[in-house]
Amino acid sequence: MNRSNHMEYIDGMERIDSDMLKQVVHAMHNYDYTKYTAYDVKTALAHDSLTTEDFAALLSPAALPLLEEMAQRAQFETRKHFGNSIAMFTPLYIANYCENYCIYCGFNCHNKIRRARLTEAEIETEMQTISKTGLQEILILTGESRKMSNVDYIANACRIAKKYFKVVGIEVYPMNSAEYAKLHKSGADFVTVFQETYNSDKYETLHIEGHKRIFPYRFYAQERAIMGGMRGVGFAALLGLDDFRKDAFATGMHAYLLQKKYPHAEIAFSCPRLRPIINNDKINPRDVHEPQLLQVICAYRIFMPFAAITISTRECERFRNNAINIAATKISAGVDVGIGGHSGSQKGDEQFEISDPRNVDEVYKAIEQQGLQPVMSDYIYV
Amino acid sequence: MEDTFILNGHQFTSRFILGSGKYSLDLIKAAIENAGAQMITLALRRAAGGEIANILDYIPDNITLLPNTSGARNADEAVRIARLAREMGCGDFIKIEAIRDTKYLLPDNYETLKATEVLAKEGFVVMPYMYPDLNFARDLRNAGAACVMPLGAPIGSNKGLCTKDFIKILIDEIDLPVIVDAGIGKPSQACEAMEMGAAAVMANTAIATARDIPTMALAFKKAIEAGRNAYLAGLGTVIDTGARASSPLTGFLHD
Repeated sequence: MNRSNHMEYIDGMERIDSDMLKQVVHAMHNYDYTKYTAYDVKTALAHDSLTTEDFAALLSPAALPLLEEMAQRAQFETRKHFGNSIAMFTPLYIANYCENYCIYCGFNCHNKIRRARLTEAEIETEMQTISKTGLQEILILTGESRKMSNVDYIANACRIAKKYFKVVGIEVYPMNSAEYAKLHKSGADFVTVFQETYNSDKYETLHIEGHKRIFPYRFYAQERAIMGGMRGVGFAALLGLDDFRKDAFATGMHAYLLQKKYPHAEIAFSCPRLRPIINNDKINPRDVHEPQLLQVICAYRIFMPFAAITISTRECERFRNNAINIAATKISAGVDVGIGGHSGSQKGDEQFEISDPRNVDEVYKAIEQQGLQPVMSDYIYV
Repeated sequence: MEDTFILNGHQFTSRFILGSGKYSLDLIKAAIENAGAQMITLALRRAAGGEIANILDYIPDNITLLPNTSGARNADEAVRIARLAREMGCGDFIKIEAIRDTKYLLPDNYETLKATEVLAKEGFVVMPYMYPDLNFARDLRNAGAACVMPLGAPIGSNKGLCTKDFIKILIDEIDLPVIVDAGIGKPSQACEAMEMGAAAVMANTAIATARDIPTMALAFKKAIEAGRNAYLAGLGTVIDTGARASSPLTGFLHD
């Protein structure tokens, strides 16, 4: 099959005059994590404020035996910047139609699953149900189909969300800055886009069809979101797709350069690992075991102490409870990654299998039990 | 006579302004009591957070609320948040935070001044968080600020009075209360600020990150009182260098 050039924009995709992609990819390609030693890691940990070279050392194999030291420093930075506050939220999947063929994702257009899109009334019912749990923050997600979940549809969902929640984030397909501006006016203020992998060659082999295939358009999504007026943006590589150390390094560099260019932008990291999906239970995070995942989380925290870090239900209860004690500042609860599941009438299948089914109350209590303070909202839309 | 300080006609005997963020809500009451605080800051964005775990429910009624505008990136946003605070019943006090750098959280003096001009005219008791700059402090005074709140060090850094010499200039030159805000990490640093003549000290992270929050609040209270008393008593002279010459240099005047 002749595949399209994944580095070439498609008509209608906004281009930004920037060399940030080049900088990130260059840094990633030159990142030789085998050259770092325990000395480099200890030196990095001794610095008050970390350089990108220090960050590289913290992600190297040499840092793994020093994970306890990293966790201690990470916890110190987390408490300094966030105190003991842990933000709670839940994702709401409103549609799972997708035009992309990403071979690892349960929503991919060739995977035989039940597809669905919530109507406005159904969105409202779902949100009412969620808001009764006390949550004040919601993350609206769709599959990546402009046809089945267009910008107006997502904007409507944001407007409904503003009736029930203080904080509205979106995790949908990348769009142009004017479209982000529209969603911002509709009440959304945070945009998360997973780059999946920053290795464009590997990216090309994983994203076979659809607009998602266009690597640079996805890369510049966060910048377009900030240009569209969004307050904050989230970054992530899907750990396990490619060389996780390089991907984590590139993710940090991406966030670092964006914050440097837009100092007012609020930065967040997610740390997803690959999970099994419907019709493929063999998918796993390969060499990214829990210690490696924790290493990545701690490295993000120490490198950018002010960034929010989300720990999702891709991880189990034990890991999540410990992650919020060390470095994560945001945790989901009462999660349902299917379509329509919150109000008891699921009509579309899940994106992936979750590992932590606890409801809002259970997570709330678990946070408190660790001497931490659950926070439903620390935000004002202005 | 009771030692008080005044903010736009409002009189306070406690010179310790306590922060309320970054620690468990059920410790707020104990922290206030041990701190002897009469005023507590809170981020309006936390106070607007819904019914569960709302910080407002944990602050005793007799405490003056000092809502801050954290989350504002410019003057317009700070003004909007201040007005919202008033609408929510948080009173007329407002601590202006206008910050457009998420990394260091340093105040933007220019935007802070613009917000002060607007809010002072609307009758707010405006307490601007600022970078200690004399010219800017004069501008804030002229714009109607009730005090100035210079940072000692970056927020949350616990590094103490890194800007000590510049804060001293404000204390010497500005006829408004100077309240040291941000960066105070230890009771001894709070004491030092008070010895210099600061009108009050605001602290949050130092207390929130202590192992025993109520006890640390008490330690700060005592340090602030000690520093204030030392200031009122008049510090003794400290000779930094050299000893007094046995042959007076001015002896010739009497020859």
